Amino acid sequence: MSANSHGVGGVAFDPKRRSWPPEANVFIALVAITAVFELLNRFDGGSFLFNMRANVPGLFNQARLDIMILQVAITGIIALGVTQVIILGGIDLSSGSVVGATAMIVMSFAQTALVNGNPNPKAIFGEWAMDLPVIVPIMVGLACGLAAGLINGTLIAYTGIPPFIATLGMMVSARGVARWWSNGQPVSFPTESFANLANGDLLGTLTFGLVHWPGQNPAIVFIALAILFHLILKFTIYGKHTYAIGSNEDAARMSGIKVKSHKVLVYAIAGMCAAVAAIMLTSKNLTAQAGMGVMYELDAIAMAVIGGVSLSGGRGSILGTVLGAAIFSVIISGFTSIRLDAYYQEMVKGAIIVGAVVLDQWRQRRSAARG
Amino acid sequence: MDGDVILRTEGLTKHYGGVHALQGANFELRAGEHVAIMGDNGAGKSTFVRQITAVERRTAGKIWFGGKEVDFENPLEAREAGIETVFQNLALADDLDVPSNLFLGRERIRFNLGPFSILDRRSMRTATVAALEKTAVKIPNLSNTIRNMSGGQRQCVAIARTAAFASKLVIMDEPTAALGVQETAQVENIIRTLKEHGEPLILISHNMRQVFDLVDRIVVFRRGRIVANLRKEETSGQDVVAYITGAKTGPEYADAA
Repeated sequence: MSANSHGVGGVAFDPKRRSWPPEANVFIALVAITAVFELLNRFDGGSFLFNMRANVPGLFNQARLDIMILQVAITGIIALGVTQVIILGGIDLSSGSVVGATAMIVMSFAQTALVNGNPNPKAIFGEWAMDLPVIVPIMVGLACGLAAGLINGTLIAYTGIPPFIATLGMMVSARGVARWWSNGQPVSFPTESFANLANGDLLGTLTFGLVHWPGQNPAIVFIALAILFHLILKFTIYGKHTYAIGSNEDAARMSGIKVKSHKVLVYAIAGMCAAVAAIMLTSKNLTAQAGMGVMYELDAIAMAVIGGVSLSGGRGSILGTVLGAAIFSVIISGFTSIRLDAYYQEMVKGAIIVGAVVLDQWRQRRSAARG
Repeated sequence: MDGDVILRTEGLTKHYGGVHALQGANFELRAGEHVAIMGDNGAGKSTFVRQITAVERRTAGKIWFGGKEVDFENPLEAREAGIETVFQNLALADDLDVPSNLFLGRERIRFNLGPFSILDRRSMRTATVAALEKTAVKIPNLSNTIRNMSGGQRQCVAIARTAAFASKLVIMDEPTAALGVQETAQVENIIRTLKEHGEPLILISHNMRQVFDLVDRIVVFRRGRIVANLRKEETSGQDVVAYITGAKTGPEYADAA
């Protein structure tokens, strides 16, 4: 039975009026922005994406591509969780601070006893916490993220305070935890296995040496989690209920969806995403500092919004956020490639975020007017 | 009296703080019967429905459904027992498509993984097509989100939802209040289809013409109480208005006035 058969007698099905997937618009924007930077580089005799050097093989500028994906991978992991929170109709301002707090705590359980034959100068705990198997800091980190997410979700679902306020509180408190943890001192010198989490060659291990992509583990984790969450949102009850609550919370409740516990679950997943980002970040940098992750929450929200995730809830997708992250990355790298100051990058970034929300509002009004 | 009693309430009462929204409602509905509930705004019609469907918890009173006493904890339990409700404010999620809305909160699954259970999308789509055919609802494109549909189409989706499951009782709370003439006619046709299928219905409506067209019996609420129980053939529009406004009260309800 085709979908068209239901047009008989009712309003005829008009394929032209079918809604164009928002991701398509984002993708076109991505291609357009990339093309503009390619063009600007060509005027200069260089290239944005393509390999111009004769002594290096390959069609593309692999070094730039690697940097482009790596520079958004960690905020991208956060954005995957934030996307789900926004689709739910909420917001999470705490993720950057949760990254900071988790980073400090994780690194304290990932330290090595001896640095160049001397005792670790940055040791937080005694001998018992030195040279632990790598699974320990990973589990501790995930537990931190889970706890933050559970507190966020419980506050929002059971006290009824706006998500903005609950997560703002967590943002301030978690940053406090990060500073208090070691009195503002950095925590450093991880074990080799912990350093390998971000800097090793995960792809090489997974494919038994078939494909190598060393030092790009955060990017691999980002892509893997993106695929996982995309499938979960599209094909499971969890996804369906997340969209339903963001779309019409009352309807969801009247339909028997357990709205409160579902909210807690979504915020918990967002907290765990922030924790994964923190683990990758500390492993990559080989150190943890209390100021880590500042403003990451805004970058994550921006990626989602640029990717067509509606701040009013119910609309958007992980694919959109990944494309949003790609646009974000192209802009940063693009400005660098044409040697424009970082100050301009920030200004343009702000304008693009506002522009994306204006576009979303406009789309919403237009679709309401057609209905 | 003919047929079995599907739904019976005894002394159904709901207080919101000091406000007595519903007082001692005794009500009966028989198999295949279509009953209208009428009354002024604030007379207690919607409150009555919300107690039956467990959207709210009643203050006092008993409910029998399908021959046994029931005490639903939440709307989902009432649904699972076979009471399907079309709410006044259309309990639909705008950003989901038609099958997702039909099965909202009761999704069919392929693998049970708790909250991450895999949806059985094909089976839900097939059942949606069947439900739309049963109610003769025409929706241009099932994959469209509800947002892009007209008020009539949305209402039809809400009503088709009642047909997607083996319902024993359908309750509609002002289903045509926000609809145009053609759309109202479409919804009324669906209600006639339900009558032909012998499915009992409680219809809350302000539309006298519609009520006299569609139902067998009219129950009038006034200030939280039932004040009349009228067979359609034995009453008239003027008569019903008299009961609604308080000019008349049924002899058996004299103490309620």
